[in-house]
Amino acid sequence: MESCPGCSSPVAAQDRFCEACGRNLRVQRTSVGGPGSQWPPMCACGGEEFDADGFCEQCGRARPSARDRVEFVLPGVAGVSDRGKRRRRNEDSMAFGRVRGRGVAVVVCDGVASSERAEQASQTAVDTAADVLLTGLQAGMDAESSTTDSVVAANEAVGRLARPEAAEVAPSCTFVSAVVTDDSATVGWVGDSRAYLVAEAGAARLTTDDTWAAQLVAEGVLTEEEALTDRRAHVLSRWLGADSGVEAPQTVTFKVETPGLLVLCSDGLWNYVPEPEDLLAVLPRGVPPVEVARELVDVALKAGGHDNITVVVVQLRGGHGA
Amino acid sequence: MALDFAVEVFQNEYLPEGAADVDAIVTVTATGPPAEVVSTDAAEVVIVDTSASMAYPPSKLAAAKQAAVAAVDVLRDGVSFAVVAGTDTARVVYPRARKLAVSDPRSRAAAKQAVRMLRADGGTAMGRWLALADDLLAGFEGGPRHAILVTDGENQHESPRRLTKVLDEVAGRFTCDCRGVGTDWQVAELRRIAEAMLGTVDIVADPDGLAEDFRSMAATAMGKALADVSLRLWTPEGARVVSVKQVAPGLRDLTGRRVESGPRTGDYPTGAWGGAESRDYHLRVRVRPAGLRDRMLASRVSLVGPSGDVLGQGRVMAVWTEDSALSTRISVEVAHYTGQAELAEAIQDGLEARKAGDVGRATARLGRAVRLAHESGNTDTAKLLAKVVQVQDPGTGTVKLRPQVADEDEMTLDSRSTVTKRVGRG
Ligand SMILES: [Zn+2]
Ligand SMILES: [Zn+2]
Repeated sequence: MESCPGCSSPVAAQDRFCEACGRNLRVQRTSVGGPGSQWPPMCACGGEEFDADGFCEQCGRARPSARDRVEFVLPGVAGVSDRGKRRRRNEDSMAFGRVRGRGVAVVVCDGVASSERAEQASQTAVDTAADVLLTGLQAGMDAESSTTDSVVAANEAVGRLARPEAAEVAPSCTFVSAVVTDDSATVGWVGDSRAYLVAEAGAARLTTDDTWAAQLVAEGVLTEEEALTDRRAHVLSRWLGADSGVEAPQTVTFKVETPGLLVLCSDGLWNYVPEPEDLLAVLPRGVPPVEVARELVDVALKAGGHDNITVVVVQLRGGHGA
Repeated sequence: MALDFAVEVFQNEYLPEGAADVDAIVTVTATGPPAEVVSTDAAEVVIVDTSASMAYPPSKLAAAKQAAVAAVDVLRDGVSFAVVAGTDTARVVYPRARKLAVSDPRSRAAAKQAVRMLRADGGTAMGRWLALADDLLAGFEGGPRHAILVTDGENQHESPRRLTKVLDEVAGRFTCDCRGVGTDWQVAELRRIAEAMLGTVDIVADPDGLAEDFRSMAATAMGKALADVSLRLWTPEGARVVSVKQVAPGLRDLTGRRVESGPRTGDYPTGAWGGAESRDYHLRVRVRPAGLRDRMLASRVSLVGPSGDVLGQGRVMAVWTEDSALSTRISVEVAHYTGQAELAEAIQDGLEARKAGDVGRATARLGRAVRLAHESGNTDTAKLLAKVVQVQDPGTGTVKLRPQVADEDEMTLDSRSTVTKRVGRG
């Protein structure tokens, strides 16, 4: 006997909806709008009044943003997003869900700091894309085409946030997603958020950054080493937003044959552990996904935490990874 | 009253874990067309020292009269004014009654005639002069209230306690610029009065220079468009304002002038503002340290007008970080004005030690001053210092006391020690 995640009433394994609260039992997902959609009513000091800029009228502290540190946990998939040590806001967002009997869909977006309302861009993108991917999973659609659909929808939604008179700072973000079923996984991306596969046999990077430096390496203009120090190393060549011109993500699909972990992250993590071996070296073993995500965020924080850090970890084939 | 105010805050908001003191420089800038200034919206009292000492050399009283005449001359039509003669008592020289006259060609001519008739006789009791000025200005409502006080001597005919009591009473009711003629007056004494009255102090060693100085002071006072402007500081619970100092164009400590104006809120007077004026204030607030990465509003700074209307606002922030690269960064503005305050202190200390015959301390302190003036590019002060000490190396502050120093040079350095060089400006 299971219980409804919404109201804890007992439900049967084959039930599609909860008899008590009407919740769709086949889909479990993180909250739409993200943690920032509802402010905590109270300050840490107990004060309840905030000025127009969100500072506590009693102790002066900024109203705690629920986005500063976010943790979401679902069976077999968990994510942690942290503001880091240097940034004023957490402009990363993540959303994921699980369709019973079908699989898991994950989206991580990193707001482009030089654009305006970057956190709104990334939240809008993950919400929109996760909806498309979860609907696709329920309908049994092809993962690659539903990944493309999700990017198109997210790009349009983020594009609508732009102010026509300020196109050059239009809200924008990067994108990385995964659709994971029992036997295969599809990763899609736009920008420099990444996905890694970590298994017994070793680790691999699944994505190639959409940055000018990476492009020049691919074209043989720069070597990998030169690219690392090139000032274009972090300049995006593709992103989501009004001024992006993006029509489809890059995608990769692979068969899941052995237990392992899929790690989706923003550059706040991979800046410190860029190579798959680096990631493997710091990855904790034999712990659930949420512990893995926490540990990886910690690694980035201890290394300086210069940027927002988001890590989502998906269990492949019920394994605990490497 | 068509002034626009801008409030800007310069600081490094990052603090190391557990740190409690937050420093910031608040720049307040007023802009507005001078033509908008209502010409009759001001009151001016000219206070002339006519104690016996003004009689010798005779040029002193003559110069003071000439200066008072010049000040009366620049009063615009419609401005309320009076001329007060000060001895060990105080009396209104013009108009004949204990009230303000209205400026027009006739009243100005009569006032100038009355000034020319003044004779030197009696003692010196500046508290009484200020009390009379306050009495005259008390009935005036609306625009800036200003006084000019010119003296040549020490406040010998009333106790320092009596002067303090008067200052406490009249502070904030009008502003007063003080000028010392000759070298027989006390810089510290006039500085105290000027500071309490939110005015300036300076030496006019050559009485011939008084007229021009009076003219510009009176003109500046008439140019003020808005009086009784305050800095209002809100601070969070558990925090307190350690100090509030005007640091440019001159140093002026406002810390003790706080008037509570609401929960966790206090007002500090800034006096009257003209149409194109900018001043810097150094704020230090001690807060209850919050956790790492917490962001706190350490103070909300508002500029409020006479009727409590908010003219501008800024924020002093605090963020605690474990990143020492951030927390050890020093704000250029804060560092600059901390240096200017230390410079003034070194000069005043050094001159005092010199007077007391403590050559070692005087050399060390004035040497420090030379170095600070050199480093901050305060060339005006550096020049004044060079008249008191022989500078061997301004970079290290290596100096020798000059054996012969004119009183005038020493007093000029002392009275201008609080004039700062503005940060990032020529
Ligand atoms: Zn239910
Ligand atoms: Zn609070």
